[in-house]
Amino acid sequence: MILRVEGLDLFYGDAQALGGVSIDAEEGELIAIVGANGAGKSSLIRTIAGIERPRAGHIFYRNSDITGLPSYRICNLGIGQVAEGRQIFPSLTVEENREMGALLPRARAKMAETMREVFATFPRLKERRGQLAGTMSGGEQQMLAIGRCLRGRPELIMLDEPSLGLAPTLVQDLFRTVRTLNERGLTVLLVEQNVVASLKLAKRAYVLENGAIVMRGTGAELIADDRVRQAYLGVETSGRKSPHG
Amino acid sequence: MPAEIYLNVAVSGVLTGLVYGLMALGLSVIFGVVRVVNFAHGEMMTIAMYLAVALFSAYKLDPLVMLVPIAAVLFALGYVLQRGLINPFINRPEHSQFMLLVAVALIMVNALLIAFGPDARGVQTSYAFASFALGPLIVDANKAYAGLAAVTVAGGLFAFFRYTLTGKAIRACADNYAGALVVGLDVKRLYALTFAIGSACVGACGSMMVLLVDVTPPLGPTYTLLAFVIVITGGLGSMAGALLGGVLIGLTEAVGGLLFTPSAKSMFTFAILVVVLLFRPQGLLGKRLT
Repeated sequence: MILRVEGLDLFYGDAQALGGVSIDAEEGELIAIVGANGAGKSSLIRTIAGIERPRAGHIFYRNSDITGLPSYRICNLGIGQVAEGRQIFPSLTVEENREMGALLPRARAKMAETMREVFATFPRLKERRGQLAGTMSGGEQQMLAIGRCLRGRPELIMLDEPSLGLAPTLVQDLFRTVRTLNERGLTVLLVEQNVVASLKLAKRAYVLENGAIVMRGTGAELIADDRVRQAYLGVETSGRKSPHG
Repeated sequence: MPAEIYLNVAVSGVLTGLVYGLMALGLSVIFGVVRVVNFAHGEMMTIAMYLAVALFSAYKLDPLVMLVPIAAVLFALGYVLQRGLINPFINRPEHSQFMLLVAVALIMVNALLIAFGPDARGVQTSYAFASFALGPLIVDANKAYAGLAAVTVAGGLFAFFRYTLTGKAIRACADNYAGALVVGLDVKRLYALTFAIGSACVGACGSMMVLLVDVTPPLGPTYTLLAFVIVITGGLGSMAGALLGGVLIGLTEAVGGLLFTPSAKSMFTFAILVVVLLFRPQGLLGKRLT
C-alpha cells in the first residue's frame, strides 16, 4: 500500500474541515475523490502534502508515518502535488518554473533524463520555455503545473481540480494525460468536481461530503449508485453553471 | 560658479548614490521575498562599518579588501537573526514585526555605543586624498573605488537571482508562496538565506561607506530611514529601482548641498520622496498594485 490515511481531523480555527477521513491507495492505482465545493477535497490534499497540520489522525506513505512532516520533506519522499489554481510562478519563465520542480534532492541526479521525459509528454512546454509563465493560457499553465510536478519524479501524484476553468476539449486532453501517466505506473489521486469523467477514469473512488467520506467503491459502482446520480450527476448533465462558485 | 564644479559634484553624488543603492538593494530583497521590513538595516550597516574600522586600525587591512569577510559575517548574522528571531513573527501582524526589529535596532545601536563609545571613527587609507583627473573632471579615489565596488556587488546579486537555481528558488518564493510550498521548496531556509543575502549586501556596503563617512552609533537609524526612502522612491520589490533610487538620492543630496548647505541635504531627499509619492506612488520602477 503506497498511501494510507487514517481518521484525519482538520480544523481551520474552530471550523472543522475534515472529520475522521480515511482513504488508501495501492501502488499504481488511480483513485478519485469527488464531492461538491467546500466538501474538504482540497483540505485533504493539502493535509497529505504537509501544508496543513491535522488535529488528529495519521498519514502513512509506504508504511512510514509522515504526519506532521514539513511539505518539502513530503515532496522529497515522492508525493507530488498539482494544486488547485495551478500555483505556477507567473513572473518566472516556463523553464524556470519547471526547474523549481526539479530542485528536490530526489530528482537532482536524474535532472536531464526527467527533462526529456517531460518534454516528450508535453512538447508545448519545450516551445514555450523562455516565455513568462503568467502570460500562458489556462490550459498551458495546467500542463506546466503537471510538468513541473513530474520534474520532481513523484511516485504518487495528487491532482487538485485540474479541469477547473479549462475548455471542454482541453478537459478531455487533460484526462487522457492523467490516464497515460497512470498507465506508466504513477499512482494518481485525482480530486475533481467533474464527477462523471473522474469516476469513469478511476479504478476506485471516494465521495466526500462536509469533510467526511460518505461513500466508497469502484468508479463503475458509484456511477450506477442512485444517491451519486441524484446528488452529482443531475448537476453534471445540466452543465456547470458556476465553476468558481 | 563654473560648470565643472556642478559636474564634479554630480559625479561624486552618483558614486555615493551607488553605495546607497546597494544598501537599499539589501532592504528591497528582504522585503520583496520575506515581506518583512528590516528596521535594523542601517544599524547592521554601522556594525559592518565598525568591523571595517576595527580591522583597519588594528591590522591596517584595507576596507575594500575586507569587504568579502565583512559581508560574510553579516550574512551569518542575518541568517541567524531570521531563523532564530524573525521567523516566529513571520505570520504575525506587521506592527509586531516592527516592534521586534526596532528592538533589535536599539540593541545594536547601544551595543556599539558600549563597545566603541560615541566618538566618530573613520579610516585613513593610503588613497584617501588621491583623485583621478578625467579632463575637467576630478574624481575622488575613495568614491570611485566605493562606487565601482557597489556596482560589482550589485551585478553579482543580479546574476545570482537570474542564473543560479537557489536564486531562482528565492524569486519563486516571492512570486507565489503557495506555489513554493506545492513544489517542495524549503521556504523557511530560503527566507533565512534571503535575509542573509540582504544583510551581506549591507555588510559589503558598510565596508565601502567607511571610505565616505565617519561612523558613529546613531548613524544607524539615519541610514535605515535613508534606505527606506530609497526603496520607496525606486519602487518596492524592484532591484533595479533600488539602485536607481540610490543614485537619484545621492545626486540630489550632493547637488542640494552645493546649492544650499550640506546640512540641508535631507530636505531634498524627502522632497524627492514626496514628489514620487504624489505622481508615481508605486515608485519609479515599481509595478502598480492591482
